[in-house]
Amino acid sequence: MIDGSTTAGGSSAEDPPAGRPGGPRRGSRHGRVSSGFGWYLFKHAGGAAVSLLLVLFSSFFIFRLIAGDPIDQLTKERPVSPEQREAMRAELGLDRPMWQQFWDYIAGTLTLDLGESFQYRRPIFDLIVERLPATLLLSGTGMVLAVALGFWIGTRSGWKQGSRFDKGQVATGLLLYSAPTFWLGMIVILVFARFLGIFPVNGMRSPSTPPDFWSQAVDIGHHLVLPVLTYTAVVYAGYLMIMRSSILDEIGSDYLTTARAKGLRDDEVRRRHAVPNALLPTVTLVFLALGSVVNGSIVTEAVFSWPGLGSLFVQSIFYPDRPVLQALFVLFSSSTILAVLCAEILYWFIDPRIRRS
Amino acid sequence: MTLLEFRDLHVTYTGSRGRLPAVRGVDLTVDAGETLGIAGESGCGKSTLAMAVLRLLPKSAEVSGRILLDGEDLLAMGWGRLRAVRWTGASIVFQGAMHSLNAVQRIGRQVAEPLLVHERTTPAKAARRAEELLERVGLPPSRARSYPHELSGGQRQRVMIAMALACDPGLIIADEATTALDVMVQAQVLQLISGLVAEKGVGLVMISHDLSVLSAVCDRAAVMYAGRIVEQGPAREVFANARHPYSAALGAAFPAIGDLAARKRPGGLAGDPPDPSRLPRGCAFAPRCAVAVERCVDESPELLPVPTGGSAADPVRTSACFVAQEGEPVVAQR
Repeated sequence: MIDGSTTAGGSSAEDPPAGRPGGPRRGSRHGRVSSGFGWYLFKHAGGAAVSLLLVLFSSFFIFRLIAGDPIDQLTKERPVSPEQREAMRAELGLDRPMWQQFWDYIAGTLTLDLGESFQYRRPIFDLIVERLPATLLLSGTGMVLAVALGFWIGTRSGWKQGSRFDKGQVATGLLLYSAPTFWLGMIVILVFARFLGIFPVNGMRSPSTPPDFWSQAVDIGHHLVLPVLTYTAVVYAGYLMIMRSSILDEIGSDYLTTARAKGLRDDEVRRRHAVPNALLPTVTLVFLALGSVVNGSIVTEAVFSWPGLGSLFVQSIFYPDRPVLQALFVLFSSSTILAVLCAEILYWFIDPRIRRS
Repeated sequence: MTLLEFRDLHVTYTGSRGRLPAVRGVDLTVDAGETLGIAGESGCGKSTLAMAVLRLLPKSAEVSGRILLDGEDLLAMGWGRLRAVRWTGASIVFQGAMHSLNAVQRIGRQVAEPLLVHERTTPAKAARRAEELLERVGLPPSRARSYPHELSGGQRQRVMIAMALACDPGLIIADEATTALDVMVQAQVLQLISGLVAEKGVGLVMISHDLSVLSAVCDRAAVMYAGRIVEQGPAREVFANARHPYSAALGAAFPAIGDLAARKRPGGLAGDPPDPSRLPRGCAFAPRCAVAVERCVDESPELLPVPTGGSAADPVRTSACFVAQEGEPVVAQR
């Protein structure tokens, strides 16, 4: 959804009508198209801004529609008088008119004053700052591993297309890719924690660990293994398939024949010539992936009780903690939108065809 | 001294359409310092022949016969020896105006690469040598820092030539090396190639469909049709006085400038080259031939010495045409 709205707001105005070839001819017809990076940036940044606004607006209404009256949720199973309810309503700012709540929400979000959590009774901003490092650690590590593993296997798979290695890797990758994260997480817990008992499954650190830096680092690393394993296993196949098809596009290219004719070994031809060419189209993809570092590990975090933003989000859904949901929804969406924008800006620098058209 | 020799070379591609014979029994020699031109239209097997020399054909190609380079059979070599011979024994000037250069690597590095592979040298020395090579082919040494897309088609072709010269090979194969260039640049590149070949005394195999290119550069020429050599002889004579109806038609397709009669006469050849999976029983050219006789349909002619201009058979002129072997004219009289 977020991807789609960016494209719609950003580039549809410039897309050529179907059937008409694009390219340099377009530039000469419309003077403004050729006005370079400034216009390109404006176009895409404008699209991103529109998407962000839509996210901001919809976040306010979606959670009001689905979460019901928060006072009911907060007071359930406890007898409360109407006076007490009114007092709570006033305390949480829910007694004011809708337009004012909306205005406070918009102004608050834009100034990073995200309000207070119902369940923790603390500023949401502090909650996010507190939990962001855990999420970045988990999905950042997982993302780096997934990209490295996917590209490494994808290169070799594509280079020997149709070989037993290729078939086996593609089958394994796609199988894991299509496995639900929570299910895979449970299998991982069962095998490594229950049967083998070599890794902890819950949280990020053990209370008994000495407080010095190295003991803490080792403890966190120990806790990190299973969540990262699960996360990587689910997403690496995406990078595998993309790198593989990128390599397949290069196989049979004349410059590879030139390289072979020069007397290079097969692996030298692959490493020095095929891979650098095949990497080019995947660079922006990696940038896109950065957007999901913030929101990509929600299920993994929930399965392993990892104290990050993902498990905060899941907790808040069950509570339900509307201000937290609102804030996280905006945060998750905007990180994706900004990553898409960065990828589009990057395109300008690495793909000369965009500059020409 | 014989530098390169093809002995009864066959190349057959196996694909979804069955077995496609691309080269069907080629015998050909190139002497050291000699320039040989191979002519023929697309699909006649001339590029397959070139790629077979360094064993660059895809796995689907089945190669039989012998290819001797300096007396050593290339088809019998192990991979290690083959890699050592690639670029040092023979190098190829690919059609560089297209995609034969790596788009994301600097020119200098690509020219220096074979030096680093084959010679004990340091990267700095190889880079300096690459700049010298670029200078040899008429490019400023500073071009070493450019990427292929920053060069013109002619410049890229010069880079390909510089690259081919890197390891001082005894044989250079130029596969349609000037085809995609405009006429002026083509002339410059041809001059460059023939100059370098004469200077270093290397053997040159020049592959092209353009007879004017071959006759300008080559001593000897061979014309290929449907995987076979149909005529061989001194380049100028083959094109001026063809002894095979196909060479005659190929020559007529490039009319001389200013020749009004040639311009008025339709020079093209009717029909397409035969489908390699369904070759005719007799001479492969017979269905398109204006002078074919009954014999041509049933029997496949051998490449034999033919008489030129009515005299006795000239040992340096060979033709695979029954009509020419009888001493009859190969162009239909109108």
